[in-house]
Amino acid sequence: MADAAVRRWGEGLRCYGLIVGMWVRSTMAYRLSFLMMAAGNFAATALDFVAIAIMFSHVDVLGGFSLPEVAFLYGTTSTAFGIADLTLGNMDRLGRRVRDGTLDVLLTRPVPVLAQVAADRFALRRVGRLSQGVLLLAWSLTRLDVHWTPVTVALVPLMLVSGAVIFGAVFVAGAAFQFRADDASEIQNAFTYGGTTLLQYPPTVFATDLVRGVTFVVPLAFVNWLPALRVLGRDDPLRLPAWVDFASPLVALGCCAAAALAWRTGLRSYRSTGS
Amino acid sequence: MRLYAAVAAGGFRRYATYRTATAAGVFTNTVFGFIVASTYIALWNERPHLGGYDRAQALTFVWVSQALLASASLLGGGFQEELQDRIRSGDIAVDLYRPVDLQAWWLASDLGRAAFQLLGRGVVPLAVGALAFELALPADPVTWLSFLLSVLLGLVVGFALRYLVALCSFWLLDGAGAGMLSALLCMFFSGTLLPLNVFPGAFGEVARTLPWAAMLQVPVDVLLERHRGTGLAAALAFQAVWAAVLLAAGRLLQSAATRKVVVQGG
Amino acid sequence: MDAFIELDGVRKVFDVRRRTGLLRRERHQVRAVDGISFRVPRGEMVGYIGPNGAGKSTTIKMLTGILTPSGGRLRVAGVDPSRDRTGLARRIGVVFGQRTTLWWDLPLRDSYGLVRRMYRVPEDRYRANLERCVELLDLGRLLDVPVRQLSLGQRMRGDIAAALLHDPEVLYLDEPTIGLDVVSKTKVREFLREVNAERGMTVLLTTHDLTDIEQLCKRVMVIDHGRLVYDGALDGLHAVGESERTLVVDLEHEMPPITGVPGARTVKVEGTRQWLAFPATHSAAPVVAAVAGRYPLVDLSVREPDIEEVIARMYAERPTP
Repeated sequence: MADAAVRRWGEGLRCYGLIVGMWVRSTMAYRLSFLMMAAGNFAATALDFVAIAIMFSHVDVLGGFSLPEVAFLYGTTSTAFGIADLTLGNMDRLGRRVRDGTLDVLLTRPVPVLAQVAADRFALRRVGRLSQGVLLLAWSLTRLDVHWTPVTVALVPLMLVSGAVIFGAVFVAGAAFQFRADDASEIQNAFTYGGTTLLQYPPTVFATDLVRGVTFVVPLAFVNWLPALRVLGRDDPLRLPAWVDFASPLVALGCCAAAALAWRTGLRSYRSTGS
Repeated sequence: MRLYAAVAAGGFRRYATYRTATAAGVFTNTVFGFIVASTYIALWNERPHLGGYDRAQALTFVWVSQALLASASLLGGGFQEELQDRIRSGDIAVDLYRPVDLQAWWLASDLGRAAFQLLGRGVVPLAVGALAFELALPADPVTWLSFLLSVLLGLVVGFALRYLVALCSFWLLDGAGAGMLSALLCMFFSGTLLPLNVFPGAFGEVARTLPWAAMLQVPVDVLLERHRGTGLAAALAFQAVWAAVLLAAGRLLQSAATRKVVVQGG
Repeated sequence: MDAFIELDGVRKVFDVRRRTGLLRRERHQVRAVDGISFRVPRGEMVGYIGPNGAGKSTTIKMLTGILTPSGGRLRVAGVDPSRDRTGLARRIGVVFGQRTTLWWDLPLRDSYGLVRRMYRVPEDRYRANLERCVELLDLGRLLDVPVRQLSLGQRMRGDIAAALLHDPEVLYLDEPTIGLDVVSKTKVREFLREVNAERGMTVLLTTHDLTDIEQLCKRVMVIDHGRLVYDGALDGLHAVGESERTLVVDLEHEMPPITGVPGARTVKVEGTRQWLAFPATHSAAPVVAAVAGRYPLVDLSVREPDIEEVIARMYAERPTP
């Protein structure tokens, strides 16, 4: 049983890689266009931060956080989101494939459908967004005035990986929803793009109920807020126990399980209704 | 004229059929409204009269921009890609030989779309914002009418800009780059990311005279009654002048494109 | 002979919600496939025809495991497709006429490389299969051309080859000749005959083109409103004998209706273009020769009788039981 699952995942990843490779080569057929789009992808997200920088030209702190601290939050969530966006960001095209019937072609192949949908039209230009996040994270690390310990140092890569997985689970769950509502792709934008916008700012900026919602309902707070507050040496506004700051990997696993369940349910319902 | 009214009605109806997509968009606009509103509250708590706005006015800015986001295509979208596809595929030659004016045809169709999205995607987010936060919405119906006029002028300016960009596809091999640059400029200089009156110093002054300011910043300021009397007239004139200049530029480019198609066969 | 494809009372019912007012919705059930039974022995090539919306593609989707049947029993090679879709996928080939699976911006060869690795086709089998396909479908010069530069006919040939590289035991073809030029149609048909005979591959073919069926299949199944209304030899579809093909000719200048062509009659004149109908069982050659001998021809083409027309005639002659 477990053996079969491992083999299936291995096969899925292998085929994901194969299809991604094909898309990258297709992209490189138009090299100049690719460079332009990647630069644009970078610039679009960079302007986002320019707006924050303009805010800080008027104030010294926002919600009690300094510019380097906000940049740290921004960099961590943008990097995590950038990884998920690059690898799974085109899953929101599933609804279109349902509408025009091309999803059926994917279902006739001996390859997990999830892997094929995840790799569909893989957009390498999205490295633009990812690299902007990484650059900003690096800049914030040089400016932060925090006391680093081995634990807080380890927390940084841990939150990036867990965060990417959590956002990835949101992409998968959002796509699964499109099996039922094939033109509702924009709903997931509220959780993906909306989520990363939320996490770019300190939790102190938001109403407590909103913070509770993204901690306990859609656990985006585990992408960066909770571990990042520990790194920055600040209390979390919900006063949760200290171990919660290290719970991101567990939460990420839970999100994966939930997303997998949603995906299976969605695919099963598609195969019985065909619409 | 009747033809263009029919085209506009067609644009309206076409978008009215996407009900689930509209509901999904309203949901997302509302979520973003809450997120951005929270950050503005934090900002205006630190600097209570930043950019000349009080807190209620700043929050009004947030929710009006979410309400206009789809209608004014502040983050891109609308007709531009469709027109670019027709130019790239050569189908545009057919359009050019039809006895209708290309620019007026697309303008009517885009205004029809915008009208639907103003109602379908604008009203609910603004109402939610007004219920959840204290907004500075005017009581005077004349202000609301001036606001609608200003929105209309802003829509025309937005259309004229994107029409110019789309026509570039006649000369550029790949119109996507121009489209992307135009979307970036629009997102930043319309005030979608941050109100233009918060932009610092001379940079802000320049930003407020660019055409993109006519798309969001001016309509919101009209609604907030920051332009009154001759000031209001000046604000509307600012929009009208940009609309006229850009539409005229579009016509020039269009006739050059027509010559290119007719003489060189595309 | 063992039954390779078996259907026993297979049904597929869809819930359809229709908007009847601004907010009101009506739910009703559509029986897309309503109790179909048939058997196809290994190695047979069968035509599966019917009007649009009759339930053809729903059947194909159930045979490939995309859709789960609402009732009845269905087996392909002894396997229940809806339970072991991925397992079965290695053993079947599918060609959807209007949906290419080739990679638009990459050379044709790259698409085949992906198939090889996705299906884990052994190197020697892959090479042998590719060689055979290239030879029979005349793909040699096309292998290194980006797919976007291929014509529709070339692309369809490429698609069919892609579906055969993994040695499938059964091939489902959905409108494989739609929109193709005469040369490509002929090539595709020759190829299908060849692989069917050579490998004993079972083929299920849906099409609107009766010539496909005439040239390829001894057996035809007709589906309408979700039910099998005919299953038997092509000749038994007696309406075919009475259906007509049409010769469309463009003349150099306008002329009165063409007369004196044995076995054909002029049914329509429009400017310089004229339509001549002749029985589908006759060859087009003598008709063309007769016209060409006496009239100044600019262009001509032959239109095949439409399946829907044949089925409509079937109904007109045989009251539904």
